[in-house]
Amino acid sequence: MSKAEKKLAIWNAQIVTRALVDSFKKLNPITMMKNPVMLVVEVGSVMTTILLIRDMATGAAGIGFALQITLWLWFTVLFANFAEAMAEGRGKAQADNLRKAKTETIARRLLPNGTTEEVPAPKLRRDDVVVVSAGEFIPGDGEIIEGVASVDESAITGESAPVIREAGGDRSAVTGGTRVLSDQIKIRITSNPGETFIDRMITLVEGAERQKTPNEIALNILLAGLTIVFLLAVVTLQPFAIYSSAPQTIFVLVSLLVCLIPTTIGGLLSAIGIAGMDRLIQHNVLAMSGRAVEAAGDVNTLLLDKTGTITLGNRQAAEFIPLHGVDQSELADAAQLSSLADETPEGRSIVVLAKEKYGLRGRELAAHEAHFIPFTAQTRMSGINYNGREIRKGAVDAIERYVSTNGTPAPKEMREVVERIAKSGGTPLVVAENHRPLGIIYLKDIVKGGMKERFDQLRAMGIRTVMITGDNPLTAAAIAREAGVDDFLAEAKPEDKMALIKREQAEGKLVAMTGDGTNDAPALAQADVGVAMNTGTQAAKEAGNMVDLDSNPTKLIEVVEIGKQLLMTRGALTTFSIANDVAKYFAIIPAMFSAAFPVLNALNIMGLATPQSAILSAVIFNALIIIALIPLALTGVKYRPLSAASLLRRNLLVYGLGGVIVPFIGIKLIDVVIVALGLA
Amino acid sequence: MTLNGWLQILVFFALILAVTKPLGAFMARVFNRERTWLDPILRPVERLMYRLTGVDETREMRWTEYALAMLLFSVVSMVVLYLLQRVQTWLPFNPQKLANIEPSSAFNTAASFTTNTNWQSYVPEVTMSYLTQMAGLAYQNFVSAAVGIALAIAFIRGIARRERDTLGNFWVDMTRATLWVLLPFCLVGALLLVSQGVVQNFKPYDTAKLVDPQGQVTEQVIAQGPVASQEAIKMWGTNGGGFFNANSSHPFENPTPLSNLLEMFAIFAISAGLTYTLGKMTGAQKHGWAVFAAMALLFWIGIATAYWAEAKGNPILTGVDQVASATQSGGNMEGKEVRFGIANSALFATITTNASCGAVNSMHDSFTPLGGLVPLANIMLSEVIFGGVGAGLYGILIYVVLAVFIAGLMVGRTPEYLGKKIEAYDVKMAMLNLLIFPLTILVFAAISSVSPDFGTSQLNNAGPHGLSEILYAFSSGTGNNGSAFAGISANTYWYNTTIGIAMLFGRFLMIIPMLALAGNLGRKKTVPPSLGTFPVTTPLFTTLLVSVIIIVGALTFFPALSLGPIVEHLLMQARQTF
Repeated sequence: MSKAEKKLAIWNAQIVTRALVDSFKKLNPITMMKNPVMLVVEVGSVMTTILLIRDMATGAAGIGFALQITLWLWFTVLFANFAEAMAEGRGKAQADNLRKAKTETIARRLLPNGTTEEVPAPKLRRDDVVVVSAGEFIPGDGEIIEGVASVDESAITGESAPVIREAGGDRSAVTGGTRVLSDQIKIRITSNPGETFIDRMITLVEGAERQKTPNEIALNILLAGLTIVFLLAVVTLQPFAIYSSAPQTIFVLVSLLVCLIPTTIGGLLSAIGIAGMDRLIQHNVLAMSGRAVEAAGDVNTLLLDKTGTITLGNRQAAEFIPLHGVDQSELADAAQLSSLADETPEGRSIVVLAKEKYGLRGRELAAHEAHFIPFTAQTRMSGINYNGREIRKGAVDAIERYVSTNGTPAPKEMREVVERIAKSGGTPLVVAENHRPLGIIYLKDIVKGGMKERFDQLRAMGIRTVMITGDNPLTAAAIAREAGVDDFLAEAKPEDKMALIKREQAEGKLVAMTGDGTNDAPALAQADVGVAMNTGTQAAKEAGNMVDLDSNPTKLIEVVEIGKQLLMTRGALTTFSIANDVAKYFAIIPAMFSAAFPVLNALNIMGLATPQSAILSAVIFNALIIIALIPLALTGVKYRPLSAASLLRRNLLVYGLGGVIVPFIGIKLIDVVIVALGLA
Repeated sequence: MTLNGWLQILVFFALILAVTKPLGAFMARVFNRERTWLDPILRPVERLMYRLTGVDETREMRWTEYALAMLLFSVVSMVVLYLLQRVQTWLPFNPQKLANIEPSSAFNTAASFTTNTNWQSYVPEVTMSYLTQMAGLAYQNFVSAAVGIALAIAFIRGIARRERDTLGNFWVDMTRATLWVLLPFCLVGALLLVSQGVVQNFKPYDTAKLVDPQGQVTEQVIAQGPVASQEAIKMWGTNGGGFFNANSSHPFENPTPLSNLLEMFAIFAISAGLTYTLGKMTGAQKHGWAVFAAMALLFWIGIATAYWAEAKGNPILTGVDQVASATQSGGNMEGKEVRFGIANSALFATITTNASCGAVNSMHDSFTPLGGLVPLANIMLSEVIFGGVGAGLYGILIYVVLAVFIAGLMVGRTPEYLGKKIEAYDVKMAMLNLLIFPLTILVFAAISSVSPDFGTSQLNNAGPHGLSEILYAFSSGTGNNGSAFAGISANTYWYNTTIGIAMLFGRFLMIIPMLALAGNLGRKKTVPPSLGTFPVTTPLFTTLLVSVIIIVGALTFFPALSLGPIVEHLLMQARQTF
């Protein structure tokens, strides 16, 4: 998406319209209770409104000023509501799409006698078994207990390519609302109506039952505390003013209060939280709670599976190493022949390497002259019998056995090469022809492009990456070195993973990991951030606190970044909000007391035209800044992979110092405009 | 301003800088219960005290028990002091036959000395017997200071400990603070003061014939007493309650420039040392220095302003030579002692209000508006610039927690302070602590300022200056400073009671959430530091901490101050006084 398109998405007409209506609905004081800062503004607005009506009735002087103040106070509340409604609106739009996927489905429930009956999907309960055929929608979340099918899951993932789901193993989970494209499957339903994955998704994206996250609660306490401090400062100012023979009107006092309390962050706080969840959803990640998103920002250690996350899923042939007295092209030729029928990615990569390096074309072999030997667990070799040549390839032990059946033991050199390859992180595959060893194919794990840079960035952020692999320690160490991870866990069994997580947590660290299998479930539950792959089992999805609909384990890194961005945005706007108060004092205090003490005009360093214009400008600035910062709240502060010290320096300069300076300019400009318009 | 003046200020600061490390390291040893060179003498005394009082010194307390022990101790001490004042006339060591003290004043004084405030609404030499001074007031000077140190140590332990429920033993911490820290320093301090001419006796007051009789007045009563012993703890314990009404401007309390330097040094020494103790006990020595640097920066801002304002003098006094020269100190000398001059008066005023001491060697009421704003603002920043012994450290650590929380979010993590995550409960306690200050000062001052019967009628000055006097009185009480701006007759039922309450609120209502926070921090796991950790050791952090302290203080009190010293300063520039 280009930048312009992103902007368009924020100010989407449909969302804006709905948000405008919602901003008024949210004026309900009961809704406002959860936001103490804005509640104070609303109470202040009500007070000035009542006084305004009284003044109008009695025909008091200065109605124009009082009217404008009252209007802008109401706007302040509405703008804050609008920000929240905007954030919610994007989720609501998404929820509408999901609801469409939840069309009324008729399920075929399997009865004990083997026949089926038709029931509406919402009537299904846990442990019911249903039969779904090609072209039908799956009526609810469940597990395939019989059969294989290709399933269109675009309703939830947005990915149009169908996926294969089959009984048993790690690909057995299906989601209600998706569609079977081929074959027929039997599904055991695993969730009751209203608790399905789509239901949860709808609730999450709508933010209807949004719980405040721990950090949000803490921040709210800080803001409420500051509000009380300012309430005290303003309420006691009136007696001091009376003592100084300069009593103030309620309009002025409420204006001062509203300008001082942290309305900017108070108004945008919930929008920031909702937008953070929304950003995750844009990345096709579903967080089961906001708490998990915050925890992601705090992660100290990332556990990453080697295969699929750090390396491409498959090994690739990188080199042919002939034994003494064997020609390289002879080895390449034999290797290619032996792999022609090998449909595994490794096999294909051998054919390709031989072609690229030695110009050997893949040959069409007529069936009568070639006989392919498939890999079996007994021989642990595969190969080809062709024109009297018997070519075999396999693990070193198997080939040694094959070679020695001829009476001559395998040369020592073979073992040496094999060990060298293993040490450097590769997988050796030995090739032999007619019981004579030719050489070794070097199969290499290919580290995904750009991983080293990402790990460097993570390190700069203070996050340690640990690679988890089933490989032996030698191989693991070599790949770890190449990929640039900080540590690795070799020959890892599920319980080792669990032990590692617990060890890290005992040191006070937060751990994030991804997983998809049922045996990953305990570790996913133990980790502070557990991202389950959507292709994974139901058990894994329930154990984790996030689900990645794209099933891309590398995305864990983005999840961490989104978590950090969320916290940074909150901190930046809080700092900005508090820093703003300095300028507001310089606008309002001289305006309040310059009548009684003309010398106080020395504090009017902005040179605001009149006391009324000064107070009005401060109030207007205070309201408009909320609107101006909505895009920042929704998209988040730009994230940079820097150390905490440099991030702090940067953000303090931008939002702290900026927060002091910006309102001086803003209030002055507004003052110029309202004076030009003759409003004050 | 003169070079000589700046040099004196620099010498003072250099002394404090030099003593911070040795004193801090010594206190860390004392409270970690490691061996010190004083052990051979003091350890038997300590053991004897525990045996007599039945204290089990190995028993650790949770924060609730620690708080309860502290409160119980303070309540009992306060009641004893109240009763002592109420019956002093029948007790020994009362050569002047001074009368019993009336209830509201006795309450005010009991609250004042228990809270380490030492606000004195009475004139000591015509009110307090020697017994009350020594067994009541000097005793409180020791123990209220020891309580402050104990609390600071408990807070440090909360930060340093991981997954522990307890903060130490209140009785042990207090005993060790008294025996190892306060007593030895005061012993040496008192002797040094005596060497400068501070008196120490039990004699009845002298009467002297005036050399130059003033009309009917031909003789002067010269007060006597055990001054030096009380003077030492008055400074080392940041108490500030003078033996005489004139406090440290009295020649028997503070006779020479050298005694003046000794007294100023004593005010800051322990509080400065505690920043090093913080670093030592938490294993983050650089953080200790970062906190010290924040305090030092705020100190320099204050002294530079006060010295500049006082040296500049009063623009209204045209035709008066206010320029410093070899024969006169120049500037605004009203209410200042000639032997201290402008620099040492401004310095003393800055230090005594930075540190919630409250001793004075000049009349703050007579300072220029800006010069007087410095002591007032120092107190309003809630006495964290070195601060009262112990109280200053735990006070600034509350700001550290808030600064870490606000700015810590900006590094994209749940804020951490030395590995402890700052969460909702911690913020709640920090905010509760923060609220007490504006609540007490502003509400009482507001009521006083619009109550002609009992509030404004006691003012000696009208207009903004009168408002400054009211604000100062309640700030001084709540901040447990105890210095008086004067110009207000505070020995009335209303002021005795409300300032007494303000002192109790400012002490105990702030301590309880502080201890709760410490207890909660101690229970947490410690997250090991990484590149992603919020740095609390850098100059950037020091700047941040200073900004938070100034902004929070300024945002809270700026409106009130604008009608007090700020407008008064502007009016003075316009040639108008009050």
